[in-house]
Amino acid sequence: MIEMTTGEIWATILLLGIGTYLIRFSFLGLLGHRPMPGWMLRHLRYSAVAILPALIAPLVLWPAATGGEPDPARLAAAVVALLAAWWMKTPIWGMAAGMATLWILLALV
Amino acid sequence: MQASSSKSALLRGLRAGGPFVLVAAPFGTLFGIVGTEAGLDFGAVMAFSTLVIAGASQFTAVQLMSDHAPMIVVLASALAVNLRMAMYSAALQPHIGAAPLWQRALIAYSNTDQSFAVSLSEYEEHPERSAKEKATFFLGTAIPVMSTWVVATWVGVVLGAAIPPELALDFALPVTFLSLIGPALKTRAHVGAAIVSVVLALALAWIPFNLGLILAALGAMATGAELERRGYGR
Repeated sequence: MIEMTTGEIWATILLLGIGTYLIRFSFLGLLGHRPMPGWMLRHLRYSAVAILPALIAPLVLWPAATGGEPDPARLAAAVVALLAAWWMKTPIWGMAAGMATLWILLALV
Repeated sequence: MQASSSKSALLRGLRAGGPFVLVAAPFGTLFGIVGTEAGLDFGAVMAFSTLVIAGASQFTAVQLMSDHAPMIVVLASALAVNLRMAMYSAALQPHIGAAPLWQRALIAYSNTDQSFAVSLSEYEEHPERSAKEKATFFLGTAIPVMSTWVVATWVGVVLGAAIPPELALDFALPVTFLSLIGPALKTRAHVGAAIVSVVLALALAWIPFNLGLILAALGAMATGAELERRGYGR
């Protein structure tokens, strides 16, 4: 549960909105025709695969729903979701296969 | 003549963006549900989807807010998820840099993974089209994606309360993110970055204020860049 005050919640949303807009507008407006240095492009290419796995690794291994104990059903669902999305090259199939795996395993146990 | 070429660019964009409704609808609904379950009110959930319009970073922010991370960590992590869009903006610049400012400002507002990918491939196929036409095409692709995103979020908020616990939606977020990571693992450099990201996140989980997450992301980004420099980026 979020325990921030209403003011903190709105400040977070507004700052995130502004920051995201500035990132998106960067080379279309603010920085004009300046080319991006190669080393920076090289780092940016990996920003999504650098942070998303870090964010969910603890949630997969130590899910709150089982009190932080590793759960075979959730681990299996995670593996299936990753493989299905990678194989089909689109997120939708990963989401469908992952949740279906979880529901089937939870129903069996 | 000019009006008709603009109109056809808009229609082609709408058609190209149409299929992404199938991606935006479930993601948006899930965000409405997850945000509501985390304790956000209707206005806050809708503000996320209309002001930020970037699914993965919205989920990141809500997850970290639920973990009681400090605001600075919430912002740093959620913005890090969006850093790739600076790269999108740099890639679009040669094509639409000459379009009117209002169009570029709107494109920046509506730049999602989907619109970017489909527009860039259109520009590479038809480099001869004008900057204005290219920009109009982009905005066409964004209309179905964005409107679905906002409406689906609203549906999620309404549905939220009615979801039975047997659906185990506590795990919908990890499943969703894994589904985003899978297709992004395009090269060995991407895989290397993802592995370092997981190992560091688990090893540094003890660091307070979720700072381990930021360190893991920085280490993983450097790993990806270094692997690419050594030729593992293709």
